Amino acid sequence: MPFLNRRGPVSKFGHSLLGLALGTLPLLSSSAQAERIFVSNEKDNTVSVIDGASLEVVETIRVGRRPRAMAFSSDGSELFVAVGDDESIDMIDLETLQVVRSQSSGEDPEVIRVDPNRPYVYVSNEDDNIVSVLDYERRTLVTEIPVGVEPEGLGISPDGRWLISTTETSNMAHIIDLETMEAVHHRLVGARPRHAEFTHDGREAWVSSEIAGMVSILDMEETFDIKHTIRFDVPGVPRETVQAVGVELTSDGRYAFVALGPSNRVAVIDQQSYEVLDYILVGQRVWHLALNGDESRLYTTNGVSGDVTMIEVDGLRAVKSIPVGRFPWGVIVEP
Amino acid sequence: MRTLPRSLCWLAMGGLACGLGWPTLLAADTLEPIVVGYLGMERPDDREPLSVLDPVLDDDGVQGARLGISDNNASAQFLGQEFLLHEAQVAQGDDIDEALESLVEQGVEWIVSGLPGEALSELMAHPARGERVVFNARAPDDELRGEACHPQLYHTTPSRRMLADALAQFLGFKQWDRWALVYGNTEEDRILADVLRAAAERYGHRIVGDRQWPHDPMARRAEGGFHAIQREIPVFVQDLPEHDVLVIADETDYFGEYFPYQTWTPRQVVGTQGLIATPWHRAHESWGAVQLQRRFEELAERWMTPRDFSAWLAVRSLGEAAARTGSVERETILDYMLSEEFELAGYLGLPVSYRTWNHQLRQPILITGPRMVASVSPQEGYLHSRTPLDSLGADEGESTCRF
Repeated sequence: MPFLNRRGPVSKFGHSLLGLALGTLPLLSSSAQAERIFVSNEKDNTVSVIDGASLEVVETIRVGRRPRAMAFSSDGSELFVAVGDDESIDMIDLETLQVVRSQSSGEDPEVIRVDPNRPYVYVSNEDDNIVSVLDYERRTLVTEIPVGVEPEGLGISPDGRWLISTTETSNMAHIIDLETMEAVHHRLVGARPRHAEFTHDGREAWVSSEIAGMVSILDMEETFDIKHTIRFDVPGVPRETVQAVGVELTSDGRYAFVALGPSNRVAVIDQQSYEVLDYILVGQRVWHLALNGDESRLYTTNGVSGDVTMIEVDGLRAVKSIPVGRFPWGVIVEP
Repeated sequence: MRTLPRSLCWLAMGGLACGLGWPTLLAADTLEPIVVGYLGMERPDDREPLSVLDPVLDDDGVQGARLGISDNNASAQFLGQEFLLHEAQVAQGDDIDEALESLVEQGVEWIVSGLPGEALSELMAHPARGERVVFNARAPDDELRGEACHPQLYHTTPSRRMLADALAQFLGFKQWDRWALVYGNTEEDRILADVLRAAAERYGHRIVGDRQWPHDPMARRAEGGFHAIQREIPVFVQDLPEHDVLVIADETDYFGEYFPYQTWTPRQVVGTQGLIATPWHRAHESWGAVQLQRRFEELAERWMTPRDFSAWLAVRSLGEAAARTGSVERETILDYMLSEEFELAGYLGLPVSYRTWNHQLRQPILITGPRMVASVSPQEGYLHSRTPLDSLGADEGESTCRF
């Protein structure tokens, strides 16, 4: 009965309430049990590995200095971790959970994205005002794309045609044509844009702005302009602490989740109507989000409280917080 | 009188447009200019930091304005705008006429002031200024935000009261509420002592005793100076009543640095030396501040100071308002700057914005030791109905400013 080991939300009842455990049975899909969640701990120079079934840390991988964004290689065999202070991308073998190689990435890599078609990883180099394009098979630098001041967020369209780079001081979303590797459109968004995420149909890109506490939705079909802006009003929380960072979008087009930083909330938004449906309380200073494979769960990194919260998407309920390392930054779930 | 006007178009244009090769991205042939002037004052020869580890700076403040121009132009060029900087410096004790007039002649429409309070008042009253708006990036005087406020004067540097409140909140968090106060013999220190008393009262601290440091400034370099200091200071503070912290008010930095480790009882030294409240510090690297520190150091080849930071905030305020409104017109920019929409990312964790009642930029304040940031105020638990940031400094209801 392996599912009985997953006692996260009901652990205080022990084994006695089998009925309650059975009640949660629909959640215990095989993917939820098998999945591994990777969390980069910015201050600890480690990646925590959480087992989806037990919701406990089962492994801690030592990586380079200041690990932040992570991405899987296209074939799913390796996990890439941007280690900012070592100016490189550490590559972790997902079988052995060891760093097997490291590729130089240019100064202070923060966010990375992997191309769906080519063996390319895109890197925002905060200090150099460029996006670097690396070939992770040949281990070469393909090109460098100039953008505004302090590039941070990167979003890639599902078909690999567009890359969006957000620059924190220029307050812009730079839309890069990945065929020509040039920034072709520049759009002013809210102050300190942090993250860009495409909808699964590729028609929109959602860009979050930390200081403005808003999300700008860009039309990626024709105009590349902002077609809608979402603002957040969390009752009883000072406006300044509502800072939009991580964004996750369900593939069925139903929900959008936005991490709201030091307000300690995750906003739930209707992806079609843009209406804010709910705010879910998680840990302190929530930054990044990741849906699991079947999108039944959302994981959040809570930097100040040093934990990861698991939210059930069906029911929109925070179920458990799992202590990880210091200043967890990014999270990604093995597909 | 020495004026150093210097056009920085090369910097503004070169930093991104030329340096990074964006020629294809330049939006328009004719960019609408926003011409900013930095008006500074020469450092008095006899005033140097007490510690020989602190550099003696002659470009304090202006380097922040230069970086602000370069940061603004990174996005301005896409919007058909361009920021230009001209610089002028007033000799110590000289009047500001010549420097101001040289800026006006060069088409300066906005002024960032690196002047102390008295010279700033002179600038505000000067006919050559016309309707030009001035950003105060140096003078901490509360009076300039109170009775002597001016509708065309904005303050990006925090007032003394904001700094004192920020420190008082942190000491409240620590429950170190019995203060002994030692202040210097300058006019600034006398004012600061009063401000500290007011902050103590607001946040429930008690000043159990105070003393004025009786000596004049000593030579910065003195062979074996510590022998005297080691004997002098314990005796000087010995009969102060029992206290939790020793609060120093020494704005010109001529004696406070002697106090840490020399006290009679083992007490922390806080205030203008020891643990200080400041808008900016090199040890601050949170909220992306490391990026600003690195950009600044690349430009100026030294650390960013609080005055640099305040000047940078002033220029960035203009950049943000001009970008958002798509306008270079004074009224449009000012309307936006004072609106609720205005939010500037100041690398301090919370957006900074202007108080409508006295044009002071509300901002978080760092509480820091010489080598590590200890905290940032406002502290958790100090509540305010508008924003916690308004728990620092003169609030709307108590402000004596009437525009």
